Amino acid sequence: MSTLSTLEKKPSKISKRPKFAVVRFPGSNCDQDAYFAIKNVLNCPVEYVWHQDKSLKGFDVVVLPGGFSYGDYLRCGAVARFSNIMDAVVAHAERGGFVFGTCNGFQVLCEAHLLPGALVRNNVCQFRCQYVNLRVENNDTPYTRAYQVDQVIKVPIAHGEGCYIADASTLQTLESSGRVLFRYTNEKGHPSPESNPNGSLNNIAGIANANFNVVGMMPHPERACEKLLGSADGLGLFTSIVTAFAMR
Amino acid sequence: MPQVKVTVTLKPSLLDAQGRVVKDALNNMGYTGVRQVRIGKYMEVEVSGESGDLDAEIKAMCEKLLANPVIEDYRYEVIA
Repeated sequence: MSTLSTLEKKPSKISKRPKFAVVRFPGSNCDQDAYFAIKNVLNCPVEYVWHQDKSLKGFDVVVLPGGFSYGDYLRCGAVARFSNIMDAVVAHAERGGFVFGTCNGFQVLCEAHLLPGALVRNNVCQFRCQYVNLRVENNDTPYTRAYQVDQVIKVPIAHGEGCYIADASTLQTLESSGRVLFRYTNEKGHPSPESNPNGSLNNIAGIANANFNVVGMMPHPERACEKLLGSADGLGLFTSIVTAFAMR
Repeated sequence: MPQVKVTVTLKPSLLDAQGRVVKDALNNMGYTGVRQVRIGKYMEVEVSGESGDLDAEIKAMCEKLLANPVIEDYRYEVIA
């Protein structure tokens, strides 16, 4: 009987784990990286959701993956923003649900006005594909609680249009309210022009919305979840979400 | 059928990385008088002309999709 009761308890514990949706647009190419990291490393339930679907019912966390949605035609993320699924993504965000965008997903979130500012062409005239050092600026958020403030993490980037810009008052708001979560720095945590791979204002690599349930970043934490692949520093972002979800 | 010619340009305050590279290339080719190049987008949009307020419709298209008001300016011309 005691074994049975243990078994009965286990599913309820598992059901506290969030269910992830990875949205696939035509041209997404980091969808499988995100799916693999969530399923095989994070051990959370995850499903792909096609961009033409209209519902996110049953999902707790929505991931907009990297890639080149709609071939980056017109502007990165501009066309994806009007996909069928985006109405559901906006509604999920407005309900307080977690929405995380990496790389192209960050661009889509900015185009959808779920995050302020915009991402423009790198100021270095190069597609940048390399590891970068990120300094964790705020760990009092659902996405960063597994990190320490000022901790430097190693995560890869791969983008041509990752230069974050916003007007002066938006920048001021982001900075003063702790909504800049990650900044490009050197390995000692010092932000400098040399450690800024794309010209982003204030070396900004990732930001949150005012409620901290929507986060976008150009680097790829989903590609840095296993030491075997070069770095496991990105996993903390996903474990943070799992913890935050369990505490809700 | 009316045609709308839409031009989208990066806001003047933003660095145009593409434009800078093309300017450098022109300078290297000997066109030393070229001081600045800024690259934008030009679109030809054909519309049926049946909607009541074409101006309002084009403005909405520009602000929602064709341009990103955070980084770009737009202008358009309707050719009847």
